[in-house]
Amino acid sequence: MANKEFVRDDGRKFDELRPMTAKVGVVPNADGSAMFSFGKTIAIAAVYGPKELHPRNQRDPAKGTLRCNYNMLSFSVEDRIRPGPSRRSTEISKITEWALGPVVMIDEYPNMVIDVHIQIIQASASTRCAGINAAAMALAHAGIPMKSIVSSVSVGKLDKQLILDVNKYEDSVFDEGEGATDIPITFTSDEKITHFQLDGKISNEQLKEVIEMARKARKEIYEVQKKALKEALN
Amino acid sequence: MNERKIVIPGETIVKGKEFLPGEGTEKRGDEIVALRYGLAEEYNNLAKVIPLSGVYQPRRGNIIIGKVEELTFNGWVIDIGTAERAFLPLTEVPRYVDKNGLHEVIDVGEMAVAKIWGINARGIDLSIKSRGLGKIDEGLLFKINPNKVPRVIGKEGSMIKLIKDETGCNITVGQNGWIWIKGEKIENELYAKRAIIFVTEKSFMSGLTEELKKWFTENKK
Repeated sequence: MANKEFVRDDGRKFDELRPMTAKVGVVPNADGSAMFSFGKTIAIAAVYGPKELHPRNQRDPAKGTLRCNYNMLSFSVEDRIRPGPSRRSTEISKITEWALGPVVMIDEYPNMVIDVHIQIIQASASTRCAGINAAAMALAHAGIPMKSIVSSVSVGKLDKQLILDVNKYEDSVFDEGEGATDIPITFTSDEKITHFQLDGKISNEQLKEVIEMARKARKEIYEVQKKALKEALN
Repeated sequence: MNERKIVIPGETIVKGKEFLPGEGTEKRGDEIVALRYGLAEEYNNLAKVIPLSGVYQPRRGNIIIGKVEELTFNGWVIDIGTAERAFLPLTEVPRYVDKNGLHEVIDVGEMAVAKIWGINARGIDLSIKSRGLGKIDEGLLFKINPNKVPRVIGKEGSMIKLIKDETGCNITVGQNGWIWIKGEKIENELYAKRAIIFVTEKSFMSGLTEELKKWFTENKK
C-alpha cells in the first residue's frame, strides 16, 4: 500500500500539501471575492449577487439559483489554451455548483441568482479544488448564508502509491504501472462529503485510505481559509 | 456589551442550552452556529451575526435613496440596489396625484428618498409619507459601500451629527449606501463628502469620532 518513505518529483512527502495561500477581497467590484492557491495553481473567485435572474423563464419561485462559471485563462498553462468555454470547463462548472450546492442556503433568495465566476490564472493540476476553495470563501465574503464552508483537496495514485494534492507532473505526465489516478474530494467543515470524483482505477481498500488522507488534509485547508477570512476585516 | 469576534459560516459561536439563535445563526444540538460571515455578538443569551460585507439587505423601516426606473398606472418602480424591485404606490404619496401626471411628481431617472414599509414575496413596498422623504431636487449624491453606512451614522447618529455641524450641510444617508448632501454652497457639500469618504476609508478604526474631529481641524475648508 502506501509507502511512507516515498519522495515525489517536487520533493514532497506522500501526504504533504503544497504551500497554500488565501486572500479575501481581491476583486473590488465584486460583492464577494477570494483567491486560493495550491503551489503553482492559483484560482480567483468572484461572487455577484443575489441579483435578478434573466431570462425570466429560468426563475425559480421556490428557491434561488446558484450559477458557477469555471474558466481557465489562456495563459494559465505552458501551451496556450484556446480561450472560451470548452467541454471540460462546462463540466467543472457543473461540478463546482454541485460541490457548493449542499452548503449554500439558496432557498432564501427565490427568483434570484448568485453568480460565481472562477478564473484559473495559473494551473498546475488540482484546479477544480483550488476553484472550489476560493468560491467557498468568496461566497462567505459576499454575505451569503451557508451551512458551512467547504474545503476541497485532490488525492492521487501513482501506480500503487497514494499521494496528496496532485501536481502537474503527477496528473498528466506520469505513466508507469497502473498509471495515474486523480480523486478530487470536497468536504464541509463537519467532514461530510459534498463532491467526489474518480478518474482512473482504485481498489475499495485503497479508496478508504484515500478518504482518510483527504480528511486530514481538509483540516489544514480549512484553517488557511478561516485565517484568510478572519484577517480580511482587520 | 460583550466581546465581539469574527465568525465564518459553520463556526460555533457559543455552546450552551441557555442561548437562543438570532439573525444569521442556527441551533445545532446545544451549539449556536454562524450561518454568515461577520461579527458575532451575544447579548441577553441571544447570539447573532452582524454582516460586514455583501450586498444591501433591505429591512422594514429603512430609509433608502433610489432611482425611478419606470412609471406604472398606479405608482413608481424604483431601483434601490437590491435584487427585488421596489415599488412606490400612488396611495403612499402624501398629496393628490393625477393618474396621468405621475411624471410631474417624480419622473423616470430622478432620485427620491423613501422608506421601506413592507417586504413581501412580490417585492419591496415604499412610502414617502413622512417628513424628509420625497423627490431630490438639488444637492450632491454619491454612493458608498452599504456595509459602511452604520459607521457613517455612528452611535445614535453621533458621527453624522458631527459632519452636519462642521459643514453646515443637510445630509440624508440611505441604508442602501446612497448619500444626499444639500448645503448652501457646493464647497460645503464637497467638504462634507470628503469627510464621509474619510470615515468609510477608516471604518475599521476604533474611536473614529475623535479621529474625525482631528480631521476637521486639520482640513479646514
